[in-house]
Amino acid sequence: MPLRIIPRLDIKAPNLVKGMKLEGLRVIGDPAEHAIRYAEQGADELMYQDIVASLYNRNSIADLVRKTAERIFIPLTVGGGIRTIADIQNLLRAGADKVCINTEAMKRPTFITEAATTFGSQCVVVAIETIRQLNGTWHAFTDNGRGRTGLDAYDWALKAVELGAGELLLTSVDREGMRKGFDIDFIKRLAKAVDIPVIAHGGAGNAQHLADVAALGVDGIALASVLHYKTSTVGDLKRDLAQCGHEVRL
Amino acid sequence: MSQVTLVDYGLGNLHSVINALTHVGVTVKIAEAGDAILAADRLILPGVGAFADGMAGLTRREQLAPLRAVSQRGTPLMGICLGMQLLFDESEEFGLHQGLGIIPGRVARIPVDGVKVPHVGWNRLQVPEGISWSATPLTQTPIGTWAYFVHSFRAEVRDKAHLLSTCSYGPYTIAAAVRHGSTFGLQYHPEKSGPAGLEMLKTFCSL
Repeated sequence: MPLRIIPRLDIKAPNLVKGMKLEGLRVIGDPAEHAIRYAEQGADELMYQDIVASLYNRNSIADLVRKTAERIFIPLTVGGGIRTIADIQNLLRAGADKVCINTEAMKRPTFITEAATTFGSQCVVVAIETIRQLNGTWHAFTDNGRGRTGLDAYDWALKAVELGAGELLLTSVDREGMRKGFDIDFIKRLAKAVDIPVIAHGGAGNAQHLADVAALGVDGIALASVLHYKTSTVGDLKRDLAQCGHEVRL
Repeated sequence: MSQVTLVDYGLGNLHSVINALTHVGVTVKIAEAGDAILAADRLILPGVGAFADGMAGLTRREQLAPLRAVSQRGTPLMGICLGMQLLFDESEEFGLHQGLGIIPGRVARIPVDGVKVPHVGWNRLQVPEGISWSATPLTQTPIGTWAYFVHSFRAEVRDKAHLLSTCSYGPYTIAAAVRHGSTFGLQYHPEKSGPAGLEMLKTFCSL
């Protein structure tokens, strides 16, 4: 299957924002406009992450999802502050195809199973937010990288798969926004260990970074800064990947 | 202005298909009652979810006979994703369940040797030897066009003449589209396959 290139848009409604290591937000612009542009550039899927869902009115992302789904006809995954089956239902009704969960799943792991059983595991992406620790292990975080759990990220990821996750989104909190490459060590180990699709996220700066992570056998790559700051386009990155011998949809 | 009737059998999310159809200028009617199904000139049977739940939904709403009737009389009918699978005789998803029996064949799990299941992502539509795409939703579609798939079960036609399009997944061949008379089935989601997918919906609505 071709590698899926997935632009990820962090939303602090009504704006598209971007931070580094998941904080220090800058407003980039209108999310729908950017989403449309990325879809036109050949994005395989799109991801919206509501990064302040627990603080502000959560309905604002549903409105954005609705608006987007009327104009973009590729799969859309939505995450951020999803706590209940009703939250998932609302987002799917608004036009999301998949939802991305983390915090609630770590607090209450059976939420993954409930979601998968109710909507089908293909709808359920579990995000594993990792920060590499000084002792060489990786810990899993909640709350968009803000909540410490002390749990081993690798073990938690395997558990999430067991509980019914349809896909895993591996977000390297310490690499994201830095555009210096992905967390190859963690992704390599996990990609080999699971048989559900794995999407790498956090650190893309150029096509070489993408080629390096593609070589690990991931199924998709989520990109943010490299696109939002116009360092490159979806089309150019895909063409570069194709030239390196990776199958992409062109 | 073309028009299509969408069959509502309780399996949520008609919105994506409605959005896509609206976007390409097709007027959409929703039908739940058997009468509304029988009155339609063109129908789409969408669906995401488990086969058994789909059949339960159709049964509860007494839609089985009307759907078989419209197919029999030659009214264009297109099943999408689960909607395509329901057209077959039976499926082995969560036990053996009877389907609409409109297209001979069955639905079986995609083997897990050498590939990840579900089959999710973009794959290319191929045309089997001796098959033509003219007068089908794929009339305007170039061979090799990418389409978005997300499914764990695949249809296995009994008659090769019903296989409209296939795609390759690892060592396996997956039925991507089927047809039997004026009844069509698409395993992938045309409403999620970008402009090419929208074109297929538009083409179906002009058949």
